[in-house]
Amino acid sequence: MTASVTATALAVEHLSVRFPVGSSRGWLQALDDVSFSVLRGETLGVVGESGSGKSTLARALLRLVPASAGRAQFRGVDLLALKGAELRSMREHLQIIFQDPLASLDPRMNVGEIIGEPLREFRPELTRAAHRERVLRSLDRVGLLPEHLSRYPHEFSGGQAQRIGIARALMLQPELLVCDEPISALDASIKSQIANLLKDLQHEFNLSVLFIAHDLAAVRFSCDRILVLYLGRVMEIASRDSLFASPRHPYTRALLQAVPIADPLRARARARTATPLSGEIPSPLSPPSGCVFRTRCPLAIARCAAERPRLRRLGGSDVACHRAEDVGQG
Amino acid sequence: MSIPPEPLLTVRDLRIAYHGETAPLPVVDGVDLDLAAGDFLGIVGESGSGKTQLLLALLGLNAGARLHGSIRYRGEELLGATEPAWRRVRGARIAMIFQDPMTALNPYLSIGTQLTEGVRRHRALGRAAAWRLALEMLDAVHITDPGRRMHQHPHELSGGMRQRIVIAMAMICEPEIILADEPTTALDVTVQAQILSLLQELRARTRVALVLVSHDLGVIAEVADRVAVMYAGRIVEQADAPTLFSAARHPYTEGLQRSIVPLEGPLPARLPTIGGLPPKVTALPPGCAFAPRCGYAWERCVVAPPPLTRVSTPDSAPGSEHRKACYYEGLMGRAR
Repeated sequence: MTASVTATALAVEHLSVRFPVGSSRGWLQALDDVSFSVLRGETLGVVGESGSGKSTLARALLRLVPASAGRAQFRGVDLLALKGAELRSMREHLQIIFQDPLASLDPRMNVGEIIGEPLREFRPELTRAAHRERVLRSLDRVGLLPEHLSRYPHEFSGGQAQRIGIARALMLQPELLVCDEPISALDASIKSQIANLLKDLQHEFNLSVLFIAHDLAAVRFSCDRILVLYLGRVMEIASRDSLFASPRHPYTRALLQAVPIADPLRARARARTATPLSGEIPSPLSPPSGCVFRTRCPLAIARCAAERPRLRRLGGSDVACHRAEDVGQG
Repeated sequence: MSIPPEPLLTVRDLRIAYHGETAPLPVVDGVDLDLAAGDFLGIVGESGSGKTQLLLALLGLNAGARLHGSIRYRGEELLGATEPAWRRVRGARIAMIFQDPMTALNPYLSIGTQLTEGVRRHRALGRAAAWRLALEMLDAVHITDPGRRMHQHPHELSGGMRQRIVIAMAMICEPEIILADEPTTALDVTVQAQILSLLQELRARTRVALVLVSHDLGVIAEVADRVAVMYAGRIVEQADAPTLFSAARHPYTEGLQRSIVPLEGPLPARLPTIGGLPPKVTALPPGCAFAPRCGYAWERCVVAPPPLTRVSTPDSAPGSEHRKACYYEGLMGRAR
């Protein structure tokens, strides 16, 4: 038991986030009873479409939006209960990389100031020489050059700006790194460079990573385990190999079938057999009863409207579906 | 003997340049295109490759740019045409679907007003006739409850529904050509699949010619019959889709394909990458623009840009129009 506790970097239990809507009645349930853990040195992918709650999850853990219920055990404390100075000092161990690299960098600061800012906050005792040495080392580690130090964000391409964001996030060697769509905004030829860099750094620093993305191919490359969200609820959690080889939830299966295949012959063969999922994610203001996916689910039965499925173990997955046994059988 | 179909659109040696501080900035440099009824052409390229500028040129919308070459629509030269001449073509004969349906639609106007605006202008239809046509179009793009949607505003609709409406707006004047600039990039993957299958359905039903621009090779492979790959303002490779995806002959195309993570089968520990960055338009190299990033480059590549020439290898089908702009004649997969 002790071993499993030390091997867990982050344990999220029954996390819910809801936002008041309008002036009077009504709540928007952005996350509903979400539980999962991230092991030390592991990359956990969080996938789902817009409105699934994946960005809210990142923001709640970083305390940028308040949680309405639940706990998040990290370094022996509940992240969601921290206040003031405790919360501030915890930020040293918890960093984020954003989707839009240029928007996440202060346009009035040069690269040296941007990368050095975490050190100024948390390591004010460093001498100027030591500070500069650490900034240069981290710049080099993400593939930028010393002459970039005095340049400003607008002088960089998207891929280079993301390297700057990565250098800043890793400056204090955090324990947990949250990546919110870190490569989605980049061009195809740059995506793979940044994906490789993140993976190298993750191994090098034994980082625990929460990798939020809508791109399933990127998730397959970068993640050890994957959590599938839909309308604020966990549909499935599984290891990468088991999720891609035998998805247990009808939504996971539909997501995989919707990914375009860069092979015209296989793409066309699939188009003849697989029916694309119809409709769109319903409004979180009035989620369907029972299973929230049932309104788009090809396997839905009466029970799905009446009873909310709980996460249960099936094969290599934890899956929330009454009909998981029938997924993939035609 | 069948008579070759009359080309709808013929683009020859199209060059687009913007005014730069010291020299003109070439964003499109010598592009040829042919489009016939029912064609589905995919154009792949990254940001800055000139793909959007190329589409805008086919609508006469490159404000402030200098254009050279020829754009012929049914034999009529459009390059240099007067604004009234463009207005007869734009929206009516050649229509456009933009990337972000929220910004393509006017938030202040109802769906009905926006849908009928174009057809009333181009076809001089009365209000009632235009309204009936708009209802039919909403039905054709599979919008449920079209009567109610006509009175709604864009913010009341989901992203997928908005893009269906943008497609209905493009289709309503029965254009012969539809240009689509990253039409599914802003959408979720399940909705993207729906929109791609809608575009194919409309093409099959109306014989409209489609040009779809995307950075996503997967999207192109799903729908396009022919593919052109653009890099730094030029077409560097073009072929029918099966050939391009199974027997690419340009190192850039190869690099793009190799960097795709497969959804099944073995997974590489590291992704193959294309090193470096695309060139800036202000500092294009004298030779092949891809040479600085290319694993096959040799002396000749840095002297002059390679022309787009026919590929002739045992693996190219007879009569196939597989072309590449590359001096390297060996097999792929042997980059240094």
